[in-house]
This record gives sequence, C-alpha cells and structure tokens, in this order.
Amino acid sequence: MLEIKNLHARVADEGTEILRGVNLTIEAGEVAAIMGPNGSGKSTLSYILAGREDYEVTEGDILYNGESVLEMDPAERAAAGLFLAFQYPLEIPGVATMTFLKTALNAQRKARGEAELTTPDFMRKVKASAEELKIAPDMLKRPLNVGFSGGEKKRAEILQMALLEPKLCIMDETDSGLDIDALKIVSDGVNALRSEERAFLVITHYQRLLDYIVPDTVHVLYKGRIIKTGDKNLALQLENEGYAQIVDEAA
Amino acid sequence: MSVVTELKTRTPAETQLLQLAEARGENENARRPAIEALRRDGLPTRKVEAWHYTDLRALVGRRIKDDAAVASLKAGDDAILEPLLANSVVICLDDPVSAHLPDGVMATSSSSVADWQASPNHLDRSIDTIRALSAAFGASSAKIAVSSKTSVDTPIELRPAAGSDSHFYAQVSVGEGASATFVERLEGDGSPAPSTGVSTLTIADRANVLWIVDQEKGAEASHLGQLNVTIGADAVFRLFVLNAGGGLVRYEVHAETVGEGADVQIRGANLLKDGQHVDVTTTLNHRVPNTTATETFRNVVTGGHGVFQGMIKVAKGAQKTDAKMACNSLLLSDEGDFSAKPELEIFADDVQCGHGATAGEIDADHLFYLMSRGIPEATARALLVKAFLGEVVEELEDEAIVEALEARIDTWLDTHA
Ligand SMILES: Nc1ncnc2c1ncn2[C@@H]1O[C@H](COP(=O)(O)OP(=O)(O)OP(=O)(O)O)[C@@H](O)[C@H]1O
Ligand SMILES: [Mg+2]
Repeated sequence: MLEIKNLHARVADEGTEILRGVNLTIEAGEVAAIMGPNGSGKSTLSYILAGREDYEVTEGDILYNGESVLEMDPAERAAAGLFLAFQYPLEIPGVATMTFLKTALNAQRKARGEAELTTPDFMRKVKASAEELKIAPDMLKRPLNVGFSGGEKKRAEILQMALLEPKLCIMDETDSGLDIDALKIVSDGVNALRSEERAFLVITHYQRLLDYIVPDTVHVLYKGRIIKTGDKNLALQLENEGYAQIVDEAA
Repeated sequence: MSVVTELKTRTPAETQLLQLAEARGENENARRPAIEALRRDGLPTRKVEAWHYTDLRALVGRRIKDDAAVASLKAGDDAILEPLLANSVVICLDDPVSAHLPDGVMATSSSSVADWQASPNHLDRSIDTIRALSAAFGASSAKIAVSSKTSVDTPIELRPAAGSDSHFYAQVSVGEGASATFVERLEGDGSPAPSTGVSTLTIADRANVLWIVDQEKGAEASHLGQLNVTIGADAVFRLFVLNAGGGLVRYEVHAETVGEGADVQIRGANLLKDGQHVDVTTTLNHRVPNTTATETFRNVVTGGHGVFQGMIKVAKGAQKTDAKMACNSLLLSDEGDFSAKPELEIFADDVQCGHGATAGEIDADHLFYLMSRGIPEATARALLVKAFLGEVVEELEDEAIVEALEARIDTWLDTHA
C-alpha cells in the first residue's frame, strides 16, 4: 500500500536535511509502528506523507498503491485515502467544527465521485462516532479545536479519522496527552477501524499504546533513517533498554 | 485687525460640486452658509490630518472629470430591494411619514440641515466636511423617535431617496429604556459625485440600540457617511458596519458616552477589491467615568485601498474607562493595501485602553490542516476568509441578523475572493 523509497527531504526555506534515505513498506491490513528519539524526523516524515509544503523532497519517492504522491497536494492525498492525525492539532478560530467536518467529508466524497451526505445522515454519523469516543456534543459546537484540552484535541483527531474512513492512517503520537481511560477509548476506536484494506502507521514513544494497538512491525527512525526493523518485541526491547544499543549497532 | 480671506483655486470637481449644490433650489436659506463655506475652504486634502489617508480633493477630482459625471447623476436606481433583515419596516428618508411604523415609533420630515460648524472630530478643519456637504446639498431630513420603554421588535431599515444624487440627514432618538434595531441601507449604482448621509443617534439612559450599516454601492459610487451617537447611562450601543461596495467611500462614526455605565460595541467588515478606496474613521469619546467600549474591524483586501482611523479619547475625570480597539487585515493579493491608524488620547489616570492592528496573509498551517482533511485549496481558503470575518459577525449573536450579514459577505466573497 505504501512504499517509501530512499526518501531524502529538507526544510524548504533553509535547507537543513532531515530525512536521509528512509525506506519503508507497509502492506494493506498492516499496523506499523515507528519509534525513535526526539528530533529524529518522525513528525517530518508524517508531514511529508501528508503533503506539507514546508519540506522539499530532494531524492527518492513515495508510492501509494503503486503511484507517486509527490505531485499531489494535501487535499488530493486525503481524497485518495491518506490521513494524518497530528501530533499537535491546530486550533482554527472561526471555523465551526461541524461545518469543517461536513465540508471535509463531502469534499472527499465528491472527489471520489460519491454522492454528498445529507445533513441528517451526516449528523447521525457524527453523533455515533462522538459517542463511541466519549466526545461531549458541546465540544462539537465550538470552533475547530479552539479551547480543547490536549487530550480532547487528540480524541477529536480520531473522530475525524473515524468519519473520513481513510485507507492509510498515520497517527503521530496520538497517545501523548491522553489519560489512561482515553487511551483505552481511542485504541478501541482504532482497533475497530482495523481491516484487511486499511493500514496504520503509528508513531509513538511508548510501549503502552502498543499494548492496545498491537503492531505487526516496529521501525526505529534515527537521524532521518530507519536503523532497525522488527516485530512487536522490538518495542518491548526498546522499552527496557532505550535506544543506545540499537544506535551503536547501526553505527 | 483685518482678516484676509484667501481664495484658493478650485479644482474642476469642486466647481462642479458647488454648481450641483446651487442647482438644488429648495431650502436655499438654510443651505447658503454651507455652500459659501465650501466655496471658501474647498474639499480637504491630505494636509488635513483627518483626511490624510483619504485626500478627498484629489479622489473626488479623479472621479468627476467632466460634465458627463453630472449628467450621470440623473440616472435613478429604482430597483426594489428586499430589506436586509426579514420583516423589517422600511423608512424612505425623503418621505418618512408614509411608512407604517410599529407602535411607539414616530417618523416626521423636517427642514433642518446638519450642524456643520461644530466639528466633532478634532482632526478635521474648522468645518466638518461631511456635514458641510450634507448641509450644502440640502439633505432630505427625517426625524425618527422611539418612545421610552418601548421594545421595538421589528427592525427599522432606513433608506436614502432613490436615485444616485441622494443626500440625507436623519435625527434618530431612542427613549429611556427602549430598544430598537436600525439598518442604514446604502445601495444603488451611485455616481462619481458623492452622495452623503449624516445621522445623529441619541440613546437615552438604559436604552439598547443596534445600528447596522450595509454599504454595497456600485463600483462608480462615491459616498460620504457620518453617524454621531450619544449614549446615556447604562445604555448599550452596538454598531456593525459592512462595507462591501462603492468606489470612494468614507464612513465616520463619532460616539460619545454621556452617562455612566454606557457600553459601546463596534464591529465591522471592510471588503475591498481593485479600484476602491474605503475609509472608516471612528472616534470614541469617553466623557464620563465607568464606560466601556470595544471596537473590532476585520478587513479582507483583494485590491484597492482601505483606511481605518480609530481614536479613543478619554476625558479628564472619565475614570475606569475600559476601551479596546483592534483592526485586522487579511491581504489576499499584493494589489491592495490597508492603512490602519489607531490613536489614544487619554486625560484620566485610572483607565484601561488598548489597541492593536495586524495585517497578514492566510495562515499556511491552517490551510494545510484543512487541506489534509481533503478540503480543496480554494474551498479551504474561502473557509478561512469566512472564519476571519465570521468571528466579528457572530458577536452580534442574534441568529437571523448574523445569517443575513453572512449571506451578504458570502455573496461578495463568491464574486470577488
Ligand atoms: N520547519 C522546520 N524548520 C527547521 N527545522 C525543522 C523543521 N521541521 C523540523 N525540523 C527539525 O527536524 C528535526 C526532526 O523534527 P521532527 O519534528 O520530525 O522530530 P520528531 O521525531 O517528530 O520528534 P519528537 O519525538 O520530539 O516529536 C528536529 O531537529 C527539528 O528541529
Ligand atoms: Mg514529532
């Protein structure tokens, strides 16, 4: 489903190289976890997958279902089924959450040649997803993410994911900021979405999330490269030993 | 001591304006002194501080170049317009008596002209330019009064006379404890020679007034407007100014708190495109202690020139004044510009006053976030522009009013942004 080939990328306006040859393949139905020390390039990778213009790809390619996405803008990528749950979701004053959700959902449906949802159908869908994620209806009356607590923002990201039903879900530290109960609720939400056609790229620092969302593969990103790949036991090993040994081995 | 009156040379545009005023005929005696004052002083240039960003002499001169401008004045604009707010009662300012008014509201015509010799804006010249023009043209004059303790649920829409050479002078009073909503509707193709509209609004103690200016004149139109408001004790004055049209427009607001506990809330949106010059100039005069004011203008610029001048004046002894002013511009193109000049003039020591002006483009991170959810770029931009303006409109809270204004704004954005 996703093939990242020798991806090199730098900050567009100042040239600092952040990704230095990332290779990563994720199959449909797979849950891949990416771990790695602060500043290793995990968020950058997720932004580049989503199509953020602040970064410039200097070498390599990103193939999604066999086709390069590098020329697609973020909206086109989303319509093709890519979704990024942000590490730091943005507050957008003045944009009502419901208006946003409806515009996004219908824009994607339109891009895929599907009929737009009627308002009642849309409302039912939002209500059902919000209930599952224990998101208070009042929150959805506010402007997008404005005044949401850290954990509320993360839940709202997963609500968006559940509504948009993407094919490739990239989750950047969705666990950080969530309380213990919320972690369970969000993980249940994610697990409910797991299917043969859908893949997940889960970025996290902690084993705890991976207890709930059990990964098929675990990759360690370090200084812009994947330096080690393993199964779920790699995450356990990192939890116990830290990164030092793996970094030494790779050096 | 002898006084020498220096006769400056008049521009062709000034000469034509004077001829137009002379040609009006009616109410000659009341208009004569204002005509002579304009003959003496002409139109202000950028040397007059209040007109620094709007050089009226040059701007009017550029629009009235020949007799064709005068001829075009004859063309009337009689399109029947739906009121901005549903179920409004419409008062035509040249014929106020024929409106069917709600209980407690009276409208009469009068022959008075605006008091042009008193200048409420200390920055203008010895005469008040907009009022002098209004007086010289013998504005049709209307008096509207809302009786005390009357809560008028029907919005009252005020319309200048049909036709492009309209000038009006409206004196509106709202009695003690009363409440009312007024819409000043400025529409029509207009003409290069400025139309004028001067209003005085007297808000008695504990009264509550919402005044909406909906200015959507044609691209050729010049309009000079002025609203003079006094706000009594514990009274609330809310104003929304929408500028979404016109070629050359200046709208002045001069508000004065005259009773303790008075509250002023001014909001507005200026939407600018190529070829326009739109100026909003406000003064908030805090005369007595314990009064509050907030003022926010949001501007969307796709071209043209925008101006905001905002003055907060706090008189000696007007302690505990709390006044905030903001002017935020969203620049959607390099073609246009917006000048903001906030000013404070404070003669009391225990006050809270502040102002801020910002100008910028659409936030790239916000745009990315919306697009990353599948919203195409054009739609995402439109959402963000609407959000920027929606924030000030939504502060009006009344759902029907918010919807009506957002519909006007959406129409503009769909056409121009
Ligand atoms: N726009 C930018 N301009 C300059 N430097 C940047 C930019 N974006 C990222 N970087 C740098 O690139 C490096 C990788 O950042 P990134 O956010 O991808 O790390 P991360 O692996 O997600 O870290 P964390 O675990 O702390 O979230 C960091 O050193 C960061 O400072
Ligand atoms: Mg990160």
